[in-house]
Amino acid sequence: MAEDVWILGIHMTKFGKHPDKDTVDLASEAALAAMKDGGVTIKDMGVLAAGNLMGGAASIGQQIQKQIGQTGIPVFNVANACATGATALRTAIMAVKAGEADMGLAVGVEKLAGAGLLGARNRKPDDDTYQPSGRFGAVVGLDGRVGTESMPGVFAQVGMEYIHQHQYAGAPFELFAKISEKNHAHSTLNPLAAYTKKMSLEQIMGDVMIAYPNTRPMCSANCDGAAAAVVVSDSKLKTLSREQQRRAVKVRASVLTSDPWQEACQVLPDVNTLTRRAATQAYEQAGIGPEDLDLVELHDCFATAELVHYDNLGLCEPGGAVDFFLSGATWRDGKRPVNVSGGLQSKGHPIAATGIANIWEVCHHLRGEAGDRQIEGAKVGLAHVIGLGSACGVHVLEKSAA
Amino acid sequence: MVDYLVLGDTPHLVAKECSSCGARFFDRRNACAACGSDEGFREVEIAREGEVQAFTIVTFAAPGVPVPFVASIVDCDGTSVRGNIVNVEPDPEHVRLGMKVRLTTVPIGTDSAGTEAVGYGFEPIESGVA
Repeated sequence: MAEDVWILGIHMTKFGKHPDKDTVDLASEAALAAMKDGGVTIKDMGVLAAGNLMGGAASIGQQIQKQIGQTGIPVFNVANACATGATALRTAIMAVKAGEADMGLAVGVEKLAGAGLLGARNRKPDDDTYQPSGRFGAVVGLDGRVGTESMPGVFAQVGMEYIHQHQYAGAPFELFAKISEKNHAHSTLNPLAAYTKKMSLEQIMGDVMIAYPNTRPMCSANCDGAAAAVVVSDSKLKTLSREQQRRAVKVRASVLTSDPWQEACQVLPDVNTLTRRAATQAYEQAGIGPEDLDLVELHDCFATAELVHYDNLGLCEPGGAVDFFLSGATWRDGKRPVNVSGGLQSKGHPIAATGIANIWEVCHHLRGEAGDRQIEGAKVGLAHVIGLGSACGVHVLEKSAA
Repeated sequence: MVDYLVLGDTPHLVAKECSSCGARFFDRRNACAACGSDEGFREVEIAREGEVQAFTIVTFAAPGVPVPFVASIVDCDGTSVRGNIVNVEPDPEHVRLGMKVRLTTVPIGTDSAGTEAVGYGFEPIESGVA
Protein backbone atom coordinates (compact mmCIF):
# COMPACT_ATOMS: atom_id res chain seq x y z
CA MET A 1 0.00 0.00 0.00
CA ALA A 2 1.49 3.29 -1.11
CA GLU A 3 1.65 5.88 1.61
CA ASP A 4 -0.58 8.93 1.96
CA VAL A 5 0.33 12.21 0.34
CA TRP A 6 -0.31 15.66 1.79
CA ILE A 7 -0.34 19.19 0.46
CA LEU A 8 2.27 20.97 2.54
CA GLY A 9 2.25 24.39 0.92
CA ILE A 10 0.14 26.02 -1.77
CA HIS A 11 -0.29 29.41 -3.40
CA MET A 12 -2.12 31.16 -6.19
CA THR A 13 -1.20 34.56 -7.56
CA LYS A 14 -3.80 37.25 -8.05
CA PHE A 15 -5.68 36.35 -11.25
CA GLY A 16 -6.12 39.19 -13.71
CA LYS A 17 -3.90 41.32 -15.91
CA HIS A 18 -0.15 41.18 -15.25
CA PRO A 19 1.31 43.10 -18.21
CA ASP A 20 4.63 43.57 -16.42
CA LYS A 21 5.17 39.87 -15.69
CA ASP A 22 5.86 36.96 -18.03
CA THR A 23 4.91 33.32 -17.46
CA VAL A 24 8.22 32.58 -15.72
CA ASP A 25 7.71 35.53 -13.34
CA LEU A 26 4.21 34.38 -12.42
CA ALA A 27 5.19 30.71 -12.10
CA SER A 28 8.23 31.59 -9.97
CA GLU A 29 6.11 33.81 -7.74
CA ALA A 30 3.62 30.98 -7.17
CA ALA A 31 6.32 28.34 -6.65
CA LEU A 32 8.37 30.40 -4.20
CA ALA A 33 5.26 31.34 -2.22
CA ALA A 34 4.00 27.74 -2.13
CA MET A 35 7.34 26.53 -0.73
CA LYS A 36 7.41 29.40 1.79
CA ASP A 37 3.83 28.51 2.77
CA GLY A 38 5.01 24.96 3.44
CA GLY A 39 8.15 26.07 5.29
CA VAL A 40 10.48 24.38 2.80
CA THR A 41 12.83 25.39 -0.03
CA ILE A 42 13.69 24.26 -3.53
CA LYS A 43 16.47 22.12 -2.01
CA ASP A 44 13.81 19.96 -0.38
CA MET A 45 12.05 19.19 -3.69
CA GLY A 46 12.67 15.79 -5.27
CA VAL A 47 10.55 16.31 -8.38
CA LEU A 48 9.00 19.17 -10.36
CA ALA A 49 5.95 18.96 -12.60
CA ALA A 50 4.94 22.06 -14.52
CA GLY A 51 2.43 23.08 -17.15
CA ASN A 52 1.85 26.06 -19.43
CA LEU A 53 -0.51 25.37 -22.27
CA MET A 54 -0.34 28.38 -24.57
CA GLY A 55 3.40 29.02 -24.27
CA GLY A 56 4.33 26.68 -27.07
CA ALA A 57 7.07 24.09 -26.90
CA ALA A 58 9.28 25.82 -24.34
CA SER A 59 9.96 23.68 -21.29
CA ILE A 60 8.32 25.76 -18.59
CA GLY A 61 9.64 23.54 -15.77
CA GLN A 62 13.29 24.14 -16.66
CA GLN A 63 12.63 27.83 -17.23
CA ILE A 64 11.25 28.05 -13.69
CA GLN A 65 14.28 26.15 -12.34
CA LYS A 66 16.60 28.63 -14.01
CA GLN A 67 15.00 31.36 -11.87
CA ILE A 68 14.37 29.64 -8.55
CA GLY A 69 16.89 26.83 -8.33
CA GLN A 70 18.60 24.35 -10.66
CA THR A 71 18.99 21.42 -8.32
CA GLY A 72 19.10 18.71 -10.97
CA ILE A 73 15.82 17.01 -10.00
CA PRO A 74 13.64 15.35 -12.64
CA VAL A 75 11.22 17.71 -14.39
CA PHE A 76 7.98 16.72 -16.07
CA ASN A 77 6.50 19.28 -18.45
CA VAL A 78 2.86 18.35 -18.80
CA ALA A 79 -0.02 19.40 -21.06
CA ASN A 80 -3.63 18.28 -20.74
CA ALA A 81 -5.73 21.21 -21.96
CA CYS A 82 -7.65 22.84 -19.08
CA ALA A 83 -6.69 19.93 -16.81
CA THR A 84 -2.97 20.77 -17.16
CA GLY A 85 -2.57 22.07 -13.60
CA ALA A 86 -4.32 19.06 -12.09
CA THR A 87 -2.11 16.85 -14.25
CA ALA A 88 1.03 18.53 -12.90
CA LEU A 89 -0.22 17.99 -9.35
CA ARG A 90 -1.19 14.41 -10.11
CA THR A 91 2.30 13.79 -11.54
CA ALA A 92 4.01 15.10 -8.41
CA ILE A 93 1.64 13.05 -6.23
CA MET A 94 2.40 9.89 -8.23
CA ALA A 95 6.15 10.44 -7.83
CA VAL A 96 5.73 10.76 -4.05
CA LYS A 97 3.33 7.80 -3.86
CA ALA A 98 5.79 5.71 -5.86
CA GLY A 99 8.48 6.52 -3.31
CA GLU A 100 10.72 8.21 -5.88
CA ALA A 101 10.62 11.51 -3.98
CA ASP A 102 9.41 12.50 -0.54
CA MET A 103 8.54 16.03 -1.61
CA GLY A 104 7.49 17.47 -4.94
CA LEU A 105 6.47 20.74 -6.52
CA ALA A 106 3.65 21.26 -9.05
CA VAL A 107 3.22 24.52 -10.96
CA GLY A 108 0.71 25.77 -13.52
CA VAL A 109 0.87 29.13 -15.26
CA GLU A 110 -0.84 30.96 -18.09
CA LYS A 111 -0.79 34.38 -19.72
CA LEU A 112 -4.20 34.72 -21.25
CA ALA A 113 -5.38 38.31 -20.66
CA GLY A 114 -6.94 39.62 -23.85
CA ALA A 115 -6.71 36.26 -25.60
CA GLY A 116 -10.25 36.41 -26.95
CA LEU A 117 -12.23 33.44 -28.15
CA LEU A 118 -10.61 30.07 -27.54
CA GLY A 119 -11.04 26.92 -29.57
CA ALA A 120 -11.87 28.64 -32.83
CA ARG A 121 -9.03 29.34 -35.20
CA ASN A 122 -9.21 32.26 -37.57
CA ARG A 123 -10.59 31.00 -40.82
CA LYS A 124 -8.13 31.54 -43.63
CA PRO A 125 -9.57 32.50 -46.98
CA ASP A 126 -10.55 29.43 -48.98
CA ASP A 127 -7.79 28.17 -51.25
CA ASP A 128 -7.60 29.12 -54.88
CA THR A 129 -8.48 25.57 -55.85
CA TYR A 130 -10.28 23.13 -53.57
CA GLN A 131 -8.05 20.35 -52.26
CA PRO A 132 -9.34 17.83 -49.75
CA SER A 133 -7.20 17.77 -46.64
CA GLY A 134 -7.22 16.54 -43.08
CA ARG A 135 -9.10 13.64 -41.56
CA PHE A 136 -12.45 14.68 -43.03
CA GLY A 137 -11.13 15.41 -46.52
CA ALA A 138 -12.39 18.97 -46.09
CA VAL A 139 -11.91 21.45 -48.92
CA VAL A 140 -12.73 24.47 -46.73
CA GLY A 141 -12.56 25.42 -43.02
CA LEU A 142 -15.32 23.61 -41.15
CA ASP A 143 -15.82 25.92 -38.14
CA GLY A 144 -19.16 27.60 -38.75
CA ARG A 145 -19.94 25.33 -41.70
CA VAL A 146 -20.18 22.05 -39.81
CA GLY A 147 -21.19 23.21 -36.36
CA THR A 148 -18.85 25.13 -34.10
CA GLU A 149 -15.37 24.61 -32.75
CA SER A 150 -15.47 27.55 -30.33
CA MET A 151 -15.47 26.68 -26.65
CA PRO A 152 -18.55 28.77 -25.72
CA GLY A 153 -20.47 27.00 -28.49
CA VAL A 154 -19.28 23.51 -27.65
CA PHE A 155 -20.16 23.89 -23.96
CA ALA A 156 -23.45 25.59 -24.80
CA GLN A 157 -24.40 22.36 -26.57
CA VAL A 158 -23.22 20.30 -23.59
CA GLY A 159 -25.67 22.15 -21.33
CA MET A 160 -28.50 22.12 -23.87
CA GLU A 161 -28.04 18.37 -24.38
CA TYR A 162 -28.48 17.83 -20.63
CA ILE A 163 -31.71 19.79 -20.35
CA HIS A 164 -33.03 18.05 -23.46
CA GLN A 165 -32.23 14.60 -22.06
CA HIS A 166 -33.90 15.48 -18.79
CA GLN A 167 -36.88 17.25 -20.34
CA TYR A 168 -36.45 20.59 -18.65
CA ALA A 169 -39.58 22.59 -19.51
CA GLY A 170 -38.44 26.04 -18.38
CA ALA A 171 -36.45 28.75 -20.13
CA PRO A 172 -32.85 27.53 -20.59
CA PHE A 173 -31.33 30.99 -20.94
CA GLU A 174 -32.59 32.18 -17.55
CA LEU A 175 -31.65 28.92 -15.83
CA PHE A 176 -28.03 29.05 -16.98
CA ALA A 177 -27.78 32.80 -16.33
CA LYS A 178 -28.81 32.14 -12.70
CA ILE A 179 -25.80 29.84 -12.29
CA SER A 180 -23.58 32.66 -13.46
CA GLU A 181 -25.37 35.08 -11.09
CA LYS A 182 -24.38 32.81 -8.19
CA ASN A 183 -20.72 32.62 -9.16
CA HIS A 184 -20.42 36.36 -9.76
CA ALA A 185 -22.01 36.96 -6.34
CA HIS A 186 -19.51 34.58 -4.73
CA SER A 187 -16.57 36.37 -6.38
CA THR A 188 -17.20 39.57 -4.43
CA LEU A 189 -15.57 37.90 -1.41
CA ASN A 190 -12.47 36.72 -3.28
CA PRO A 191 -9.74 39.37 -3.52
CA LEU A 192 -7.68 37.18 -5.86
CA ALA A 193 -10.45 36.86 -8.47
CA ALA A 194 -10.04 38.61 -11.81
CA TYR A 195 -13.58 40.05 -11.58
CA THR A 196 -15.22 40.73 -8.24
CA LYS A 197 -18.35 42.52 -9.37
CA LYS A 198 -21.79 41.27 -8.40
CA MET A 199 -23.99 40.99 -11.48
CA SER A 200 -27.78 40.91 -11.59
CA LEU A 201 -29.65 38.37 -13.68
CA GLU A 202 -30.73 41.22 -15.97
CA GLN A 203 -27.13 42.37 -16.45
CA ILE A 204 -25.97 38.85 -17.23
CA MET A 205 -28.78 38.16 -19.68
CA GLY A 206 -28.47 41.60 -21.25
CA ASP A 207 -24.74 41.32 -21.90
CA VAL A 208 -23.21 40.37 -25.27
CA MET A 209 -24.43 36.98 -26.48
CA ILE A 210 -21.47 34.78 -27.44
CA ALA A 211 -23.10 31.41 -28.13
CA TYR A 212 -26.70 30.99 -26.96
CA PRO A 213 -27.37 30.52 -24.10
CA ASN A 214 -23.94 31.74 -22.95
CA THR A 215 -23.46 35.52 -22.77
CA ARG A 216 -20.05 37.00 -22.05
CA PRO A 217 -20.23 36.92 -18.21
CA MET A 218 -21.34 33.28 -18.47
CA CYS A 219 -18.01 32.39 -20.11
CA SER A 220 -14.76 31.81 -18.22
CA ALA A 221 -12.66 34.93 -17.95
CA ASN A 222 -9.36 34.92 -19.82
CA CYS A 223 -6.67 36.24 -17.52
CA ASP A 224 -3.09 35.80 -16.33
CA GLY A 225 -2.20 33.78 -13.27
CA ALA A 226 -0.22 30.97 -11.70
CA ALA A 227 -0.66 28.48 -8.90
CA ALA A 228 1.73 26.04 -7.26
CA ALA A 229 1.60 23.31 -4.64
CA VAL A 230 4.16 21.38 -2.60
CA VAL A 231 3.26 17.77 -1.85
CA VAL A 232 4.88 15.63 0.80
CA SER A 233 4.80 11.99 1.83
CA ASP A 234 3.16 10.97 5.09
CA SER A 235 6.40 9.71 6.58
CA LYS A 236 8.32 12.88 5.68
CA LEU A 237 5.52 15.07 7.08
CA LYS A 238 5.86 13.28 10.43
CA THR A 239 9.45 14.62 10.65
CA LEU A 240 8.31 18.23 10.17
CA SER A 241 7.09 20.75 12.74
CA ARG A 242 3.72 20.60 14.50
CA GLU A 243 2.68 23.77 12.70
CA GLN A 244 3.51 22.24 9.30
CA GLN A 245 1.56 19.13 10.24
CA ARG A 246 -1.41 21.18 11.42
CA ARG A 247 -1.66 23.19 8.20
CA ALA A 248 -1.01 20.25 5.87
CA VAL A 249 -4.04 19.10 3.90
CA LYS A 250 -4.48 15.40 3.24
CA VAL A 251 -4.97 14.22 -0.35
CA ARG A 252 -7.71 11.67 0.17
CA ALA A 253 -8.08 11.01 -3.56
CA SER A 254 -6.18 11.99 -6.69
CA VAL A 255 -7.65 10.81 -9.96
CA LEU A 256 -7.06 11.55 -13.63
CA THR A 257 -9.22 10.06 -16.40
CA SER A 258 -9.58 10.40 -20.17
CA ASP A 259 -12.80 10.00 -22.10
CA PRO A 260 -13.89 6.43 -22.76
CA TRP A 261 -15.51 5.92 -26.15
CA GLN A 262 -19.19 6.75 -26.30
CA GLU A 263 -21.46 6.87 -29.32
CA ALA A 264 -21.35 10.63 -29.92
CA CYS A 265 -18.05 11.53 -28.25
CA GLN A 266 -16.17 12.34 -31.45
CA VAL A 267 -19.08 14.50 -32.64
CA LEU A 268 -19.69 16.53 -29.47
CA PRO A 269 -17.05 16.11 -26.77
CA ASP A 270 -18.41 13.95 -23.95
CA VAL A 271 -17.43 15.76 -20.75
CA ASN A 272 -19.76 13.61 -18.67
CA THR A 273 -18.57 10.02 -18.75
CA LEU A 274 -14.96 10.73 -17.79
CA THR A 275 -16.08 13.07 -14.99
CA ARG A 276 -18.46 10.41 -13.65
CA ARG A 277 -15.69 7.84 -13.71
CA ALA A 278 -13.23 10.18 -12.03
CA ALA A 279 -15.78 11.03 -9.32
CA THR A 280 -16.62 7.38 -8.69
CA GLN A 281 -12.94 6.48 -8.39
CA ALA A 282 -12.28 9.49 -6.15
CA TYR A 283 -15.11 8.66 -3.74
CA GLU A 284 -13.88 5.05 -3.60
CA GLN A 285 -10.31 6.11 -2.89
CA ALA A 286 -11.40 8.63 -0.27
CA GLY A 287 -13.91 6.31 1.33
CA ILE A 288 -16.49 9.09 1.40
CA GLY A 289 -19.50 10.15 -0.64
CA PRO A 290 -20.64 13.43 -2.15
CA GLU A 291 -22.85 14.02 0.90
CA ASP A 292 -19.68 14.40 2.98
CA LEU A 293 -18.34 17.35 0.98
CA ASP A 294 -18.33 20.75 2.67
CA LEU A 295 -17.41 22.55 -0.54
CA VAL A 296 -16.78 21.83 -4.20
CA GLU A 297 -14.78 23.75 -6.77
CA LEU A 298 -15.86 22.43 -10.16
CA HIS A 299 -14.98 23.34 -13.72
CA ASP A 300 -17.54 26.00 -14.64
CA CYS A 301 -15.74 27.05 -17.81
CA PHE A 302 -19.21 28.13 -18.96
CA ALA A 303 -22.48 28.45 -17.05
CA THR A 304 -23.80 25.59 -19.20
CA ALA A 305 -21.00 23.33 -17.97
CA GLU A 306 -21.56 23.82 -14.24
CA LEU A 307 -25.04 22.32 -14.40
CA VAL A 308 -23.98 18.98 -15.91
CA HIS A 309 -21.17 18.53 -13.39
CA TYR A 310 -23.58 18.69 -10.42
CA ASP A 311 -24.91 15.45 -11.82
CA ASN A 312 -21.56 14.03 -12.99
CA LEU A 313 -20.01 14.52 -9.55
CA GLY A 314 -23.00 12.91 -7.88
CA LEU A 315 -23.91 16.07 -5.96
CA CYS A 316 -27.58 15.58 -6.89
CA GLU A 317 -29.94 12.77 -7.78
CA PRO A 318 -29.28 11.39 -11.29
CA GLY A 319 -30.99 13.76 -13.72
CA GLY A 320 -31.78 16.21 -10.93
CA ALA A 321 -29.23 18.95 -11.55
CA VAL A 322 -31.80 21.64 -12.36
CA ASP A 323 -33.90 21.08 -9.22
CA PHE A 324 -30.73 20.77 -7.16
CA PHE A 325 -29.49 24.15 -8.39
CA LEU A 326 -32.87 25.85 -8.08
CA SER A 327 -33.11 24.65 -4.47
CA GLY A 328 -30.22 26.99 -3.66
CA ALA A 329 -27.97 24.10 -2.57
CA THR A 330 -24.91 25.37 -4.43
CA TRP A 331 -24.91 28.93 -3.10
CA ARG A 332 -22.33 29.53 -0.37
CA ASP A 333 -25.02 29.32 2.33
CA GLY A 334 -26.55 26.19 0.77
CA LYS A 335 -26.00 22.59 1.77
CA ARG A 336 -23.36 21.92 -0.93
CA PRO A 337 -21.54 25.18 -1.76
CA VAL A 338 -20.09 25.12 -5.29
CA ASN A 339 -17.49 27.56 -6.58
CA VAL A 340 -17.37 29.87 -3.58
CA SER A 341 -14.21 31.30 -5.19
CA GLY A 342 -16.38 32.80 -7.91
CA GLY A 343 -15.52 30.01 -10.31
CA LEU A 344 -13.89 30.34 -13.70
CA GLN A 345 -16.55 32.83 -14.79
CA SER A 346 -15.35 35.50 -12.36
CA LYS A 347 -12.20 34.28 -10.62
CA GLY A 348 -10.80 33.64 -14.09
CA HIS A 349 -9.35 30.75 -16.04
CA PRO A 350 -5.60 30.99 -16.74
CA ILE A 351 -5.77 27.51 -18.20
CA ALA A 352 -2.79 25.63 -16.78
CA ALA A 353 -3.09 27.36 -13.38
CA THR A 354 -6.75 26.49 -12.88
CA GLY A 355 -6.28 22.87 -11.77
CA ILE A 356 -4.04 23.95 -8.88
CA ALA A 357 -5.91 27.18 -8.06
CA ASN A 358 -9.04 25.10 -7.41
CA ILE A 359 -7.08 22.99 -4.94
CA TRP A 360 -5.74 26.15 -3.33
CA GLU A 361 -9.29 27.40 -2.79
CA VAL A 362 -10.35 24.16 -1.12
CA CYS A 363 -7.19 24.02 1.04
CA HIS A 364 -7.73 27.63 2.08
CA HIS A 365 -11.12 26.69 3.58
CA LEU A 366 -9.93 23.43 5.13
CA ARG A 367 -7.14 25.34 6.89
CA GLY A 368 -9.67 27.90 8.11
CA GLU A 369 -7.78 30.69 6.37
CA ALA A 370 -10.38 31.84 3.83
CA GLY A 371 -11.30 35.04 5.67
CA ASP A 372 -14.60 36.62 4.65
CA ARG A 373 -15.58 33.75 2.40
CA GLN A 374 -14.67 30.96 4.83
CA ILE A 375 -17.10 28.04 4.78
CA GLU A 376 -17.35 27.48 8.51
CA GLY A 377 -16.10 24.18 9.80
CA ALA A 378 -15.09 22.86 6.37
CA LYS A 379 -13.39 19.46 6.74
CA VAL A 380 -13.61 17.84 3.30
CA GLY A 381 -13.67 19.38 -0.17
CA LEU A 382 -13.46 18.33 -3.79
CA ALA A 383 -11.76 20.03 -6.74
CA HIS A 384 -12.63 19.11 -10.32
CA VAL A 385 -11.26 20.21 -13.68
CA ILE A 386 -11.81 19.08 -17.19
CA GLY A 387 -9.76 19.71 -20.29
CA LEU A 388 -11.33 19.11 -23.67
CA GLY A 389 -9.84 16.35 -25.64
CA SER A 390 -10.46 15.13 -22.92
CA ALA A 391 -8.90 14.86 -19.47
CA CYS A 392 -10.55 15.08 -16.07
CA GLY A 393 -8.86 15.61 -12.72
CA VAL A 394 -10.62 15.11 -9.41
CA HIS A 395 -8.98 15.61 -6.02
CA VAL A 396 -10.61 15.06 -2.64
CA LEU A 397 -8.94 16.91 0.23
CA GLU A 398 -9.28 16.66 3.97
CA LYS A 399 -8.36 18.93 6.85
CA SER A 400 -5.54 17.71 9.05
CA ALA A 401 -6.52 16.13 12.36
CA ALA A 402 -3.24 17.31 13.92
CA MET B 1 -16.92 19.99 -48.71
CA VAL B 2 -16.10 16.82 -46.74
CA ASP B 3 -15.52 13.29 -47.98
CA TYR B 4 -18.36 11.84 -45.88
CA LEU B 5 -20.95 13.82 -47.84
CA VAL B 6 -22.05 11.88 -50.92
CA LEU B 7 -23.82 13.95 -53.57
CA GLY B 8 -26.08 12.65 -56.36
CA ASP B 9 -29.84 12.27 -56.64
CA THR B 10 -30.26 11.80 -52.90
CA PRO B 11 -27.34 13.44 -51.14
CA HIS B 12 -26.48 11.62 -47.93
CA LEU B 13 -23.77 11.17 -45.34
CA VAL B 14 -21.70 8.03 -44.95
CA ALA B 15 -19.92 6.79 -41.86
CA LYS B 16 -17.18 4.24 -41.40
CA GLU B 17 -18.53 1.43 -39.28
CA CYS B 18 -16.17 -0.85 -37.39
CA SER B 19 -16.54 -4.36 -38.80
CA SER B 20 -15.90 -5.74 -35.34
CA CYS B 21 -18.07 -3.69 -32.95
CA GLY B 22 -20.20 -1.43 -35.15
CA ALA B 23 -18.94 1.91 -33.79
CA ARG B 24 -19.31 4.68 -36.35
CA PHE B 25 -16.87 7.41 -37.32
CA PHE B 26 -16.74 10.18 -39.92
CA ASP B 27 -12.99 10.73 -40.13
CA ARG B 28 -10.09 8.85 -41.71
CA ARG B 29 -9.37 5.92 -39.38
CA ASN B 30 -6.34 4.03 -38.13
CA ALA B 31 -8.31 1.63 -35.96
CA CYS B 32 -11.44 1.58 -33.86
CA ALA B 33 -11.54 3.83 -30.79
CA ALA B 34 -14.39 1.86 -29.27
CA CYS B 35 -12.96 -1.67 -29.34
CA GLY B 36 -9.38 -1.27 -30.55
CA SER B 37 -9.92 -3.51 -33.56
CA ASP B 38 -7.90 -2.81 -36.71
CA GLU B 39 -9.83 -5.25 -38.84
CA GLY B 40 -11.34 -2.54 -40.97
CA PHE B 41 -14.47 -0.54 -41.56
CA ARG B 42 -17.42 -0.69 -43.92
CA GLU B 43 -19.18 2.38 -45.29
CA VAL B 44 -22.72 2.82 -44.09
CA GLU B 45 -25.33 5.33 -45.15
CA ILE B 46 -26.63 7.62 -42.42
CA ALA B 47 -30.36 8.33 -42.09
CA ARG B 48 -31.26 11.62 -43.75
CA GLU B 49 -33.72 12.66 -41.08
CA GLY B 50 -33.08 13.18 -37.43
CA GLU B 51 -33.82 15.02 -34.22
CA VAL B 52 -31.91 17.94 -32.68
CA GLN B 53 -30.21 16.77 -29.47
CA ALA B 54 -28.34 19.97 -28.72
CA PHE B 55 -27.81 23.32 -30.36
CA THR B 56 -26.22 26.70 -29.86
CA ILE B 57 -26.67 29.91 -31.78
CA VAL B 58 -23.20 31.27 -32.36
CA THR B 59 -23.13 35.05 -32.50
CA PHE B 60 -19.43 35.56 -31.84
CA ALA B 61 -16.88 33.50 -33.76
CA ALA B 62 -13.36 33.59 -35.12
CA PRO B 63 -12.57 36.16 -37.83
CA GLY B 64 -13.80 34.95 -41.20
CA VAL B 65 -16.64 32.84 -39.79
CA PRO B 66 -19.97 34.53 -40.65
CA VAL B 67 -22.42 34.82 -37.74
CA PRO B 68 -25.01 34.12 -36.61
CA PHE B 69 -25.28 30.43 -37.35
CA VAL B 70 -26.94 27.54 -35.56
CA ALA B 71 -24.58 24.70 -34.64
CA SER B 72 -26.15 21.45 -33.60
CA ILE B 73 -25.88 17.77 -32.86
CA VAL B 74 -28.51 15.73 -34.68
CA ASP B 75 -29.48 12.18 -33.79
CA CYS B 76 -29.95 10.49 -37.17
CA ASP B 77 -31.58 7.21 -36.24
CA GLY B 78 -29.01 6.38 -33.58
CA THR B 79 -25.95 8.02 -35.13
CA SER B 80 -25.00 11.47 -33.86
CA VAL B 81 -24.00 13.96 -36.54
CA ARG B 82 -22.55 17.45 -36.21
CA GLY B 83 -24.02 20.06 -38.52
CA ASN B 84 -25.58 23.47 -38.82
CA ILE B 85 -29.32 23.99 -38.77
CA VAL B 86 -30.09 25.94 -41.93
CA ASN B 87 -33.14 27.53 -43.56
CA VAL B 88 -34.40 28.68 -40.16
CA GLU B 89 -34.38 31.97 -38.26
CA PRO B 90 -31.35 31.74 -35.93
CA ASP B 91 -33.19 32.42 -32.68
CA PRO B 92 -34.42 30.26 -29.78
CA GLU B 93 -38.04 30.75 -30.82
CA HIS B 94 -37.43 28.97 -34.11
CA VAL B 95 -34.78 26.42 -33.14
CA ARG B 96 -35.89 23.96 -30.51
CA LEU B 97 -34.45 20.93 -28.76
CA GLY B 98 -36.04 17.79 -30.14
CA MET B 99 -37.14 19.38 -33.41
CA LYS B 100 -37.22 17.15 -36.49
CA VAL B 101 -34.79 18.02 -39.25
CA ARG B 102 -33.61 16.60 -42.56
CA LEU B 103 -30.34 16.71 -44.45
CA THR B 104 -29.98 19.30 -47.16
CA THR B 105 -27.11 20.60 -49.25
CA VAL B 106 -25.64 24.09 -49.01
CA PRO B 107 -23.58 25.85 -51.70
CA ILE B 108 -20.11 26.75 -50.40
CA GLY B 109 -18.49 28.45 -53.40
CA THR B 110 -16.58 27.95 -56.64
CA ASP B 111 -12.81 27.81 -56.96
CA SER B 112 -10.64 29.31 -59.72
CA ALA B 113 -10.83 26.07 -61.72
CA GLY B 114 -14.62 26.31 -61.71
CA THR B 115 -15.09 23.49 -59.22
CA GLU B 116 -18.15 23.97 -57.07
CA ALA B 117 -18.00 23.04 -53.40
CA VAL B 118 -21.17 21.73 -51.77
CA GLY B 119 -21.70 21.43 -48.05
CA TYR B 120 -24.52 20.11 -45.90
CA GLY B 121 -26.81 21.25 -43.15
CA PHE B 122 -30.06 20.18 -41.56
CA GLU B 123 -33.32 22.02 -42.20
CA PRO B 124 -36.50 21.85 -40.14
CA ILE B 125 -39.18 19.46 -41.33
CA GLU B 126 -42.32 21.63 -41.48
CA SER B 127 -44.04 21.92 -38.14
CA GLY B 128 -45.69 25.29 -38.51
CA VAL B 129 -43.10 27.38 -36.72
CA ALA B 130 -40.15 27.52 -39.11
